[in-house]
Amino acid sequence: MKSSQVTIENVSKRFGDFVALNNTSLTISKGGFYSLLGPSGCGKTTLLRIIGGFEMPSEGAVYFDGVNVLPLPPNKRHVNTIFQSYALFPHLTVFENVAFPLRLKKVANAEIKRAVEENLALVKMETESKKYPRQLSGGQKQRIAIARALINQPQVLLLDEPLSALDAKLRQHMLLELDAIHDKVGITFIYVTHDQAEALSVSDQVCVLNKGQIQQIGTPAEIYESPANEFVARFIGETNYIRGKVVAVTDAENAVFESPEYGKFNIWLDKKVQLGSSVALTVRPEKIRIAPGKPSNLPPDVNVLRGTVEDMIYTGFQTKYFVRVNGAKEPLIVFRQHVQYFMDEKPINWKDEVSVWWDTKDSFMVEVN
Amino acid sequence: MRKNYGPIYVAPIAFWLIAFLSVPLLITLSYSFMEKGLYGGVELKFSLAAYKSLLNTAVLKVLLNTIVIAVASTAIMVALALPTAYYIARSPVKNLLLMLIIIPFWTNFLIRIYAWIAILGSNGLLNSFLISTGLLDEHIQFLYNRYAIILVIIYTTIPFAIFPLYSTIEKFDFSLIEAAMDLGASKFRALWLVMIPNIRSGITTAILFTFIPTFGNFAVPQLVGGTDSWMLGNLIVRELNITRNWPLASSISVVLTSVTMIGVLFFMRSQSKKEL
Repeated sequence: MKSSQVTIENVSKRFGDFVALNNTSLTISKGGFYSLLGPSGCGKTTLLRIIGGFEMPSEGAVYFDGVNVLPLPPNKRHVNTIFQSYALFPHLTVFENVAFPLRLKKVANAEIKRAVEENLALVKMETESKKYPRQLSGGQKQRIAIARALINQPQVLLLDEPLSALDAKLRQHMLLELDAIHDKVGITFIYVTHDQAEALSVSDQVCVLNKGQIQQIGTPAEIYESPANEFVARFIGETNYIRGKVVAVTDAENAVFESPEYGKFNIWLDKKVQLGSSVALTVRPEKIRIAPGKPSNLPPDVNVLRGTVEDMIYTGFQTKYFVRVNGAKEPLIVFRQHVQYFMDEKPINWKDEVSVWWDTKDSFMVEVN
Repeated sequence: MRKNYGPIYVAPIAFWLIAFLSVPLLITLSYSFMEKGLYGGVELKFSLAAYKSLLNTAVLKVLLNTIVIAVASTAIMVALALPTAYYIARSPVKNLLLMLIIIPFWTNFLIRIYAWIAILGSNGLLNSFLISTGLLDEHIQFLYNRYAIILVIIYTTIPFAIFPLYSTIEKFDFSLIEAAMDLGASKFRALWLVMIPNIRSGITTAILFTFIPTFGNFAVPQLVGGTDSWMLGNLIVRELNITRNWPLASSISVVLTSVTMIGVLFFMRSQSKKEL
């Protein structure tokens, strides 16, 4: 199938006084799996509806391969949408639902049959063609919605929180299948979700939105490992967020950071920073190591803090510890993976004195906001 | 054991339906098979005379006229009510609009018919307006024909089509229309191909709620219809009060009730089959 590059240029959308999207520009590359990620009300669905043609932007333009599509109604754009509620037609069978776009175009019956069967095979639903939507499970409805959206051979497929109605296990499974379908058809997928795990696991590029503003655009690893600001750091996964100041720049890559709660430690300069400027440091909980008491053989280039285990949550594959360092407002979150549970050196219990440490290269500076 | 209070709960409505529906219907049915009394009433003798006189062309003409008026009015009402109900259901001020449809109901039914006489009559508002604007040279009688009957029936009965359509359209999931448009349908085709089949129950109800009162209508043709546009209801009244042929009046009532019931059952059956 043919695929398109989608360019959003300075798009704003206001509903009365409410600004749903503020001067947004982004480019979605041909054949990519692009996610728009953000909490509800961040403008991601509005942006998708503008691309799909269901909403007109207050300002700006939308280009498919350099052609402005704003004057075109939804049925004239080479784009199809998978709706959150699936929007299958209840009065039509699975076959007729998938055939609907072709019937509109008055395609010959034999050709319809061939195309519908091919698309149902793509989503592994060829045996259910005579059923009605109400006889299908949520996952099956989802597959039919995908088959129906792809039968027109769109150049761009829009997915509006397509998995949010499914249970967690099925969601994982459908996500892998969506990825497989994307690989097979090779068209541009634009995927809207509020679930960061979904976005990280399948996307080539993720655009994080909040309050109508783009917060960060990057690969899943960039978004996770080097968040641009506090919002992204807190929204994507869990993190420890420490405010402070750069008090000394040791060399091009290292500096000394001082936090009123945790004291001084060494940081790696992942971006240029002015001496004395206020920054915040994020350290992901899985990057922090924990051990009881005062371990003697710590590796070099680590920052060590001492505290008390305030709380712990055992989740099977790992335990989440809340470690309170003296004088800190919030506890640090630390994950310990149980790679060899029964051989873990010493068990750590509630109220134990512990040491936590992380490699200086594992923290990232973010803008304070 | 818990006591079963079911019969007690249904007793009032059962009494009501037996006393005021079943018994009168049975009386009507039995009268239609009796001989007519000299000054009205019936002789307790079995006779098919009433049904034989039904086959009279004059009666058949009235029956045909009734069917034409009922079918035409129902078709026009549903066709008008559909876009109206759609508009109301999609409007941000739907409660206000619904209220505007209900308000005329606060006026007595007969007064609303007389209002139309005041408008359409040969000295009525419409005539005065057309003459004063020079569009007409002399007075025209708009009343006392089939079209006047259809117009007034539509005016008095259309809310019964709007309300059931409104309630199904209001529940209709409009993301389906977006989906259809997304898949290549124009707005109109999306509504026709996706909304109409999914509000079928509302359309069925609207047809039944308008056809039944129209088919048995008596007051409207009596007041705004002419002698050549009589409906079955008028015939029954004449046979009952003027000609005083009660068996004939009863037999017409039986025909009217049967045609309505058979039509309704047939229609409901055909609809429920489509529901699968």
